[in-house]
Amino acid sequence: MERKSWDVLVGLFVLLGVAALFFLAFEVSGAATSRIDGETIRVVAYFDNIGGLKVKAPVKSAGVLVGRVTAIRLDPKSYRAEVTMELSRNIPFPKDSSASILTAGLLGEQYVGIEAGADLENLQDGDRILLTQSAVVLEKLIGQFLVNKAAE
Amino acid sequence: MINAVARLGQATIDTVVQLGFAARFVIALLRHSGMTFRRVPLLIRDLYFAGVLSILIIVVSGAFVGLVLGLQGYDTLQRFGSETALGGVVALSLLRELGPVVAALLFASRAGSAMTAEIGLMKATEQLDAMDVMAVNPIARVIAPKFWAGVIAMPLLAGIFSAVGILGGWFIGVVVIGVDHGTFWSQMQNAVDFDADVRNGIVKSFVFGVIVTWIAVFQGWSCTPTAEGVSRAITKTVVYGALAVLAADFVLTAFMFIGR
Amino acid sequence: MAYCVTERLVASLSGVDAGYGTRQILHGIDFTVHRGQVVAIMGGSGSGKTTLLRLLTGQLRPWSGTVEVLGVRLDQASEAQRYALRRRIGMLFQFGALFTDLDVFENVAFPLREHTRLPEPLIRDLVLLKLEAVGLRGAARLKTSELSGGMARRVALARAIALDPELILYDEPFAGLDPISLATIGTLIRRLNDALGAASVVVTHDVVESLALVDYVYFVSRGHIVAHGTPDAIRNASDPYVRQFVHGEIDGPAPFHYPAPPLAEALMEEI
Repeated sequence: MERKSWDVLVGLFVLLGVAALFFLAFEVSGAATSRIDGETIRVVAYFDNIGGLKVKAPVKSAGVLVGRVTAIRLDPKSYRAEVTMELSRNIPFPKDSSASILTAGLLGEQYVGIEAGADLENLQDGDRILLTQSAVVLEKLIGQFLVNKAAE
Repeated sequence: MINAVARLGQATIDTVVQLGFAARFVIALLRHSGMTFRRVPLLIRDLYFAGVLSILIIVVSGAFVGLVLGLQGYDTLQRFGSETALGGVVALSLLRELGPVVAALLFASRAGSAMTAEIGLMKATEQLDAMDVMAVNPIARVIAPKFWAGVIAMPLLAGIFSAVGILGGWFIGVVVIGVDHGTFWSQMQNAVDFDADVRNGIVKSFVFGVIVTWIAVFQGWSCTPTAEGVSRAITKTVVYGALAVLAADFVLTAFMFIGR
Repeated sequence: MAYCVTERLVASLSGVDAGYGTRQILHGIDFTVHRGQVVAIMGGSGSGKTTLLRLLTGQLRPWSGTVEVLGVRLDQASEAQRYALRRRIGMLFQFGALFTDLDVFENVAFPLREHTRLPEPLIRDLVLLKLEAVGLRGAARLKTSELSGGMARRVALARAIALDPELILYDEPFAGLDPISLATIGTLIRRLNDALGAASVVVTHDVVESLALVDYVYFVSRGHIVAHGTPDAIRNASDPYVRQFVHGEIDGPAPFHYPAPPLAEALMEEI
């Protein structure tokens, strides 16, 4: 009865499997790099058009990850898109910061870019970002291009 | 013509009755699972036979699937100038589908059939009967440890398959073809979401583990106790197991990935 | 559930009907076994002998009548009560039914490990003693694949008596054995029964060995007990089926020819 060697091999097997799963979780999915550590504040912003922005999209400032989109809904009163975001408390943003919906690369995923403002007071939990810029919608861009071309 | 309809009806009734047996069987199995966890050596023994002995085929198959994904992925992507997306393509294909499904199919053929054979032969040689007469419940002592060993081993094996496959894709893409190493990994990390892809893949492999192992032990338990009966039961384990995994994969994929 | 050690009745079936699904195998069986007795259940294949054994172990519930073994009413017992009873019964299966993934020692130790918390040295001693009783102590470390048929059956017998049972059941213990092994098993059945002060029930169709060995015989034919008595009474029985069986005649109530139309008719059909 190779009981002892079985124990060792089964232990190694389980270790190997768990190591593989950790590898997948951290090295492959970038879960570690994409988590927002520590406390977060929740802010809201309204957009005319969010384009292809999805829940869990990153919120970046100067290209660096500072938060995540947690909820998107249509505000029934103003008919604008209400985007809720969690921002890391480690990086306070002034109250007059602006939020725009940008695209990573030419045809990549959309994310929210925050540009810091100049206000002395910072955004608090529950605040609203007032300055927003909606996503660029390709059709409108093409339409504009055609109109410009026609005007020449 | 009437005969054909009657036989179809009978076959349907028989299938439903079989499913009923299988359901009562799994309930009895769960009821008698206490011994499996109180006497860990039983579980370790079956983890050895189901898990450790499957490592070789899982690693080799995972490596080859990863290599092929790397080749095919590169060939298609470079037509659109998107070869930098290779990492993401390889990883997503493996994590979401190929890892759980192929590992489950391999597990059904290797470990599942071994379980069916062992249980069926024990039944044919009256060993299960003898155990019952010696006042040891065979479901608790023989069947339940195998079931839990399969359920535990399956996600681990699927994880190993995906991990090895991704390394295979990396090897072909970066080492052989020359895609940039940093781009390969960073694009992959961008494309792969832990919740949607990794976690769902693990959930899938867990569900497949339950399905395949359940079919394997049930076929062994309910087989005709002859050599021919055991051989038919093994065939059923592999065939039903494969079909059930593919069907479950469709259902799970529909639930997990629509509306994203 | 108290039982008295000096109670002489070990097992009794009374007016028992039993079968599987809708098929009735046994009809109105009356059967008793007393302490110290070796009882044979004889009959042709399919007569219901094995079904009787399963009633005694509680693996089969009777359709009607009472089954009482070692003071336990098996027709009414719960699963836990049946398992508790089986620790006092030992059974030898037809080809041994040894666990093929264990060696000889571990096979015999199995009931001890499962049902007792005895320390390892004591288990070792008990296993060696049981193997000594069947003459196989030297084979303790052999694998089951290295055993001959007769040896496997003796190991299974050692396993069956590991917990010193009060009732020992044998399912066709003489089937397929060479003359030496036959004599060995027969001697062991009697010797162990007397040593343990138990009762034994031997299901068999081996006439010569069993009539020489047992104290009482029950003869089963197509689910009925057609005769019972001492071996001498059976040898001189009046029932034609019993006579055919005991004297090994090829024709009688169990016909030689499988039912078919007359030969002349069959030959004429060719034309």
